[in-house]
Amino acid sequence: MPSRDVAIVGFAQSASVRREASRNEVEMLMPILQEAKRQAGLRGRDIGVTVSGSCDYLAGQPFAFVSALDAVGAWPPIVESHVEMDGAWALYEAWVKLQTGEADSALVYAFGKSSMGDLPEVLTIQLDPYTTAPLWPDAVSLAALQARAYLEKTGTSERDLAEVAFRSRRAAAANPKAQVRTSADAETLLATPYLVSPLRAHDCPPISDGCAAIVLACGDAVKKSAMTPVWIRGIDHRIEAHALGVRDLTTSPSTKLAGEKAGVGKGRVDLAELHAPFTHQELILREALGLGAGVDVNPSGGALAANPMMVAGLVRIGEAAARLAGGAGKRAVAHATSGPCLQQNLVCVLERD
Amino acid sequence: MSEITNIVTPIRLDYTYTAGHATQRFLLGMAEGRILGQRCPECAKVYVPPRGACPKCGVPTTDEVEVTGKGTVTTFCIVRIPSDVLSVPPPFTCAHVLLDGADLPFFALIQECDFDAVRMGMRVEAVWAPKAELAATFESIRYFRPIDEPDAPYETYKEHL
Ligand SMILES: [Zn+2]
Repeated sequence: MPSRDVAIVGFAQSASVRREASRNEVEMLMPILQEAKRQAGLRGRDIGVTVSGSCDYLAGQPFAFVSALDAVGAWPPIVESHVEMDGAWALYEAWVKLQTGEADSALVYAFGKSSMGDLPEVLTIQLDPYTTAPLWPDAVSLAALQARAYLEKTGTSERDLAEVAFRSRRAAAANPKAQVRTSADAETLLATPYLVSPLRAHDCPPISDGCAAIVLACGDAVKKSAMTPVWIRGIDHRIEAHALGVRDLTTSPSTKLAGEKAGVGKGRVDLAELHAPFTHQELILREALGLGAGVDVNPSGGALAANPMMVAGLVRIGEAAARLAGGAGKRAVAHATSGPCLQQNLVCVLERD
Repeated sequence: MSEITNIVTPIRLDYTYTAGHATQRFLLGMAEGRILGQRCPECAKVYVPPRGACPKCGVPTTDEVEVTGKGTVTTFCIVRIPSDVLSVPPPFTCAHVLLDGADLPFFALIQECDFDAVRMGMRVEAVWAPKAELAATFESIRYFRPIDEPDAPYETYKEHL
């Protein structure tokens, strides 16, 4: 059980776009970091620990995350760490650091410019390098394997998947940061060709460039916040086997376990932000977390409407917190995923006073 | 059955690099034979080439500053192996040059002097490509060469080593 109550006191994100043509990562991050700190009422020097999440394979440069520190102001040296993962895991590390009592506030940020390379192929590099990666299965094809297994096992129809896409895109119409903000109805979507059967374009996320930042605080540091504090009541992450062949791709036991450990079932859930880049994954995640029909899932539009790599998971936590802070509910679940076919999953339970 | 000790799995990924606004300004300056940097509004340090941010203060560097091609060698090394990227035959000297008015030394080749005559504090100037060959690349500055000025005192560059 956590010994210190940690609150989200600031959240900012860039608009997700297919291609940030002229700004580099530092230039994208700077206004976002300033905005998150402004909401938190903290200046750079007040921040106890800084943790970032990104992937050097997106930039094609070793140690690309180090140059991103220019955006933070890291001299004289600051307490800083980086995870080669989605920013949601950076937030987890920051949360652990706050639990140790060594810091009272944390700046968490994530950035990803997928447009610099060929994203589906870049993602192949995360697979087993001896027997899987040399075959070059791209990320969409792997998700399609999972979707096929899921449809066959559960009797879910391609129409059900199209309904997920339709609802996500429609929700995104009210989210100015989202990338895909309009949708034809499910009937029309179903008439479009397969991308990789059984997935059509609407079943897959857009390729996005973007960044986001969250500020965490405990104790007196919470009082400076201009944002209504949203408390992290539980947070946990679990991982499944790397080899796809040894997993049951139709369920998500790691999400289920993380959800139990984070305490999802301990109270009513008003809304959930699920990091489901593919339509069938939202259905798998809903089931793993036991979210019923009364839960507003992905009111932001989710990853189907904007999916900046290494950022979209952190954005789920930020979106859920911002909605609670704005009065959309009292209790929310945020989820982040990483790896092929929902390999790793993080679940976070948020509450407003 | 023979034991597998080695496999080859070729990987090639292509990227389109984004220089960013600040670096783009610098590179466009190169095409005009100008050296453009940016000044931090908080600590007043001048970064050449600029990255758009002050890494010390974490704020955008918005004020553009032009500096001349004159500067001081802060540190150097003598290269005795052939380079894949530089067309100069070894031995040659690579240095960090702190341009006058700038707070960030950058990598430079020192030519038009004996390789072992290069020293810390040595005053140098940029030698540009002919006007017709100027382009939006750092290589518009071909190299730096010594100028007839007394060496800069250590105190003037000790913060930049
Ligand atoms: Zn500064």
